[in-house]
Amino acid sequence: MTATLSHGPAAHTKAAEAAVRVDAVSKIFGHGPEAVQALDRLTLQVDRGEFVCLVGASGCGKSTLLHMLAGLDSPTAGSIAVEGRTGLMFQEAALFPWLTVAGNVALALRLRGVGRAERRPLVTSLLEMVHLEGFASRRPHELSGGMRQRVALARALAQNADVMLMDEPFGSLDAMTRDLLHAELERLWTERRFTVLFVTHNVREAVRLADRVLVLTSRPGRLSASFRVDIPRPRRIETPAVSALAGEITEQLSVEVRRHGHA
Amino acid sequence: MATRDRLTEEVAGLDALDLPKAPRVRRAVRLWAGFWPKIAALALALGLWQAVVWSGWKPTYVLPHPWTVLSELGRRVGDGTLMTAAGITLRRALVGYTLAVLVGTAIGSLVSRVKLLRVATGSLITGLQTMPSIAWFPLAILIFKLSESAILFVIILGAAPAIANGLITGADHIPPLLLRAGRVLGARRLALYRYVILPASLPGFVAGMKQGWSFAWRSLMAGELLVIIARKQSIGVQLQVARDLADAPGLMATMLLILIIGIAVDSLFFGTLDRAIRRRWGLMDPATS
Repeated sequence: MTATLSHGPAAHTKAAEAAVRVDAVSKIFGHGPEAVQALDRLTLQVDRGEFVCLVGASGCGKSTLLHMLAGLDSPTAGSIAVEGRTGLMFQEAALFPWLTVAGNVALALRLRGVGRAERRPLVTSLLEMVHLEGFASRRPHELSGGMRQRVALARALAQNADVMLMDEPFGSLDAMTRDLLHAELERLWTERRFTVLFVTHNVREAVRLADRVLVLTSRPGRLSASFRVDIPRPRRIETPAVSALAGEITEQLSVEVRRHGHA
Repeated sequence: MATRDRLTEEVAGLDALDLPKAPRVRRAVRLWAGFWPKIAALALALGLWQAVVWSGWKPTYVLPHPWTVLSELGRRVGDGTLMTAAGITLRRALVGYTLAVLVGTAIGSLVSRVKLLRVATGSLITGLQTMPSIAWFPLAILIFKLSESAILFVIILGAAPAIANGLITGADHIPPLLLRAGRVLGARRLALYRYVILPASLPGFVAGMKQGWSFAWRSLMAGELLVIIARKQSIGVQLQVARDLADAPGLMATMLLILIIGIAVDSLFFGTLDRAIRRRWGLMDPATS
């Protein structure tokens, strides 16, 4: 296991490989003296097929960045480039309560322009991917939190996104369910090789999942360090290798957090 | 792959443990649980009425015994007078309410979509809703004379604002997360409206329709007392005639019929619709549904 620490912009030069490019992006909310700078000249890059986790304390602008990448918001300065279609998963499943599990997945296909006849087999195979084929006709409220989050994953996969943006998607789940979802996500990503930008405040989760972990500073959000994770897959969250690297990253984060205590 | 199988099993096991298990209650038991309190309340009301009559507060030709009124109701329903009257009144209710739903839905969807209209007319719609419908009748009679149109006009004015308001509040209360989820899936403008905003505002809309019905029914009764049209023996006319003849049992029998129709439409139609939606959305405790 090696961890490379590099300050400033990530040292990736092969531009053609980039699936996500964030170039000197700043985001300021509000005006005048009450303005809050969420991001300050953030530069990062995610390669095609790469799994990158973004960790940082509160106020590092993680969600802001994902919303901008998904096209829900735009940067105050700087430029953003995303290759292909984006999908976004929220911390809550955000399923539509008036639709069944299958209906939620089918709506994503429909909005992507998939015809009625093709939708049905696609919905079935997407639900199989997240092990929910037996729950197609249930309503979201009839499922547990973990199951709902898996429907949300199937719905995001239905978008056939090239870049999957995930905003603490497993943050509100219990540890056991979360472990299983990590395994599911790792398996799906290994099979389908989409690009993932995964935001979390859980450092172990980041090391468990990512090829590369980026640490952001808080208020304003800036890139503070980048760690490459070379632990072989499939990984388990409780292994010493994961703990060791997580400890190192946590140390880096706490230096950053303590800085705010002095201010 | 052994790991894959193990993962699948683990997921299935956790799902089985996670699923909320609602206690199954037998249908008969459930129906009875909803039924007996209503019967008890009815018996209590009739008992109170009887007690007041027995107290001798008013002579029985002004305030008759419940039994006299109930048998009068039975007789009038049996010989068809009240049925014909109810037919005329319900037809008006249906036409007026349908028009009110169309008008209310059109206004509601426009106002909930267009911000400027929203600012301009939002409080006006609520204001219209608080206006007692009987206050519209002098104007309605001036414009439409003593005609069906006058009654329909007031029904629409009474019910449409409530329906429009239901739709507007329904759209206002959509969780922003659902709108964001819709946009992430690629739904913009009309598609967002059709696939997210419209279905998400359905519970508010149904609540508005329910309220609109009670406004419509009240406006209709007021209208039938004021706008008397020859050879149309509506419920309102029956009420008026009974008063003119000092026929207290007939008067109260007609009032009971008005009450019964109002409750029946409200609970059978709107109650069922409302319950169906809430059950679907998971907004209801499964043990009581």
